Amino acid sequence: MKVHQFDVIVVGAGGAGLMAALYASQKATTAVISKLYPTRSHTGAAQGGVGAALGNLEEDHPEWHTFDTVKGSDYLGDQDAIEFMCNEAVQAIYELEHMGLPFSRIPDGRIAQRPFGGHTNNLTGKPVRRSCYAADRTGHMILQTLYQQCIKNNVTFFDEFQVLDLILVDGVAAGVVAFEIATSEVHIFHANAVIFATGGHGRIWKITSNAFTLSGDGIAIALRRGIPAQDMEFFQFHPTGIYKLGILITEGVRGEGGILVNGKGERFMERYAPRVKDLASRDVVSRAMYLETREGRGVNGSDYLYLDVRPETVNKYAALDGRTFPDGSPYRVTSEELLAKLPDIIDFCRTYLGVDPIDQPMPVQPTAHYAMGGIPTNNYGQVVLDEKNTVLPGLYAAGETACVSVHGANRLGTNSLLDLIVFGKHAGINAAEYACSVNFQRLPSDSADFAIQEIERLRNCKEGEPLGDITQEMREVMMDHVGVFRTKEGMTEALNKIRELKERFRHIRIDDCGEVFNTNLLNAWEIGNQLNLAEVTTVSALNRTESRGAHSREDYPKRDDKKWLKHTLTWLKDGEVKLRYKPVVITKFQPKERIY
Amino acid sequence: MEAEPTDRVLDLLERVKGYQDGSLSFRRSCGHGVCGSDAMRINGRNRLACKVLVKDLGAKKIVVEPLLGLRVIKDLIVDMEPFFEHYETVMPFLVNNEPPPIKERLQSPEQRVRIDDTTKCILCAACTTSCPSFWANDQYVGPAAIVNAHRFIFDSRDRAASERLRILSGQFGVYRCHTIFNCTDACPRDIQITKAIGEVKKAIATGSLD
Repeated sequence: MKVHQFDVIVVGAGGAGLMAALYASQKATTAVISKLYPTRSHTGAAQGGVGAALGNLEEDHPEWHTFDTVKGSDYLGDQDAIEFMCNEAVQAIYELEHMGLPFSRIPDGRIAQRPFGGHTNNLTGKPVRRSCYAADRTGHMILQTLYQQCIKNNVTFFDEFQVLDLILVDGVAAGVVAFEIATSEVHIFHANAVIFATGGHGRIWKITSNAFTLSGDGIAIALRRGIPAQDMEFFQFHPTGIYKLGILITEGVRGEGGILVNGKGERFMERYAPRVKDLASRDVVSRAMYLETREGRGVNGSDYLYLDVRPETVNKYAALDGRTFPDGSPYRVTSEELLAKLPDIIDFCRTYLGVDPIDQPMPVQPTAHYAMGGIPTNNYGQVVLDEKNTVLPGLYAAGETACVSVHGANRLGTNSLLDLIVFGKHAGINAAEYACSVNFQRLPSDSADFAIQEIERLRNCKEGEPLGDITQEMREVMMDHVGVFRTKEGMTEALNKIRELKERFRHIRIDDCGEVFNTNLLNAWEIGNQLNLAEVTTVSALNRTESRGAHSREDYPKRDDKKWLKHTLTWLKDGEVKLRYKPVVITKFQPKERIY
Repeated sequence: MEAEPTDRVLDLLERVKGYQDGSLSFRRSCGHGVCGSDAMRINGRNRLACKVLVKDLGAKKIVVEPLLGLRVIKDLIVDMEPFFEHYETVMPFLVNNEPPPIKERLQSPEQRVRIDDTTKCILCAACTTSCPSFWANDQYVGPAAIVNAHRFIFDSRDRAASERLRILSGQFGVYRCHTIFNCTDACPRDIQITKAIGEVKKAIATGSLD
């Protein structure tokens, strides 16, 4: 068995992983292991922008950004971590630009910024231009730029290797076990520090903006090793996914003036969020949309609504809202301007819907989008094991897979890309510093046994049902009962179904006996991960008897700070689920009612 | 199999894999044309499987084949290593050793527009593997590498244009391009590739970036 030794191993090559690798590799020997070629990572799909209070177009401050993020999190975010992230944001953007990121620009040559949901001028309460963007493909540009920098700095990559297990020696991280996809060979990566940056797990829901590959592998591996997952009940449903496909239409469309309209032609957000309307926080908008369609006001009475960004609509409502350009002149757009600002969205709509957004409104519905929860870490990116923040030495996590928590119960747009670069960087720096200060642990001879057993068990599944139905049924039950609105009955039904699916999963049929690119085997392993995450999500949601942020219960519709101002920690080991709770760090902002 | 007109070819492949034959292997990730994983030949043309809808093909029979010019590893999976190696030879990263300002380096909207097209590349390899010059000799760096070089050569903040132009004026650089246009046709991001290659040729010939 091949054994590789590096000071630092990064698992996952998206924005957080690449940023971590860039920084770690400056001080320590580093390798990145990814099941995909790095530029395939889902960071590349992010559209809207990265939030930072540069103030290039109008007055803005990191303090405002901090408050907006705390409020956006429905007061569940840890305020010290949020303050840290928003303070680092400005310099982080300049750093990306220095690396070559091709931001869109304003006439004087500085980075362009646009409004985004939940980001406000704290004095007036109106939307503020805080999102720094590169057309409507900011994520693509970030991913490409970071990958280019990794090539420039000779970072070592192991592409198309699937990490299967974390190696712990006496409770200290000592490396990972990975499967070379091209050959089925198992490799051991011996390290002093391991950084998990494996992204989200939207695939457990039927309608999702997430890539096929987002199966929450890092969280699943951590759970198997006795590490809890935090705040798993908080999963964001983005308001505007393309009807039926779930492909994301960026909030930036609403930032440019697009509005949501129901079957009666009403701009219904006026009723749910009087001040910021369509630019309210995502959970608020998704719930509003869901209620509209449930009450029969969907388009043609069905389950979708319209996102209208036709110039005449944008201009009409901009005038009604009194929206202005930074120089005070009335906000107006032309078809050409919209085409220049939102080219990719227009392409998606034409390709998948046969609809030209300049001429027709787009059919949209809420789509499973982002995991606020994940592997719990402290502000240094170190993974913690319990409510006292006991550190697991040598293990770090960053990006969507981690839960610091900066997003609490709901994430604001543009804060994920920011999260990646700030916490990716600091996880990399801290992991490298730690790795260089300790000696390599001796690896036990059975380090790879668990992973090999799992793979062999799956490989030997010759008789049984194909994966298709189990996958489909999981995604449907999660969408129906652990989606935008939840009830005790629904979630209980979902939990029973998931447990039934887990049992059926033990008797599946793997058709591929080969050793070369056995994607059948790997997909099955990923489904196993997803079933575990579905179980953890549902149990966590069942137990939280309040509504907060993205977790909305029809049977407990109010936020209950007295009982529930705390983070959930969920363990899933050897088939048993356990829950404990951890306090929220509150520094500057006392929880208030959340109105937009 | 049964299909809706709005199904993506990728959806059909996933259905085959999930219900009929789990051994069918193909790369895919985002499912909406931004990651570049699922480039393949569909009814003879290089396309991304997630961007082709059943109704776009206007045919009841759909033939899927791996890309040409790269070694087939299995089913629809080809060896992407030579493609990425060529990409790495053109210095595809910003080079500027002047101390950066505290804030952003300035760049006008016009300067930014100059590179807008070539920043779109998702490294899917549809262009390079549709190029007859690449099929004839796979040492040619290929359209994608040249596009990514263009993105930096014409970026007002970069200072290594002459090195990249020197690399591309070599035996397997831009002069392998015979303006066949297959690349432009194949690009799922609608990048004007042949035009970009032409601009690089002109920069080499005139010694100027204007």
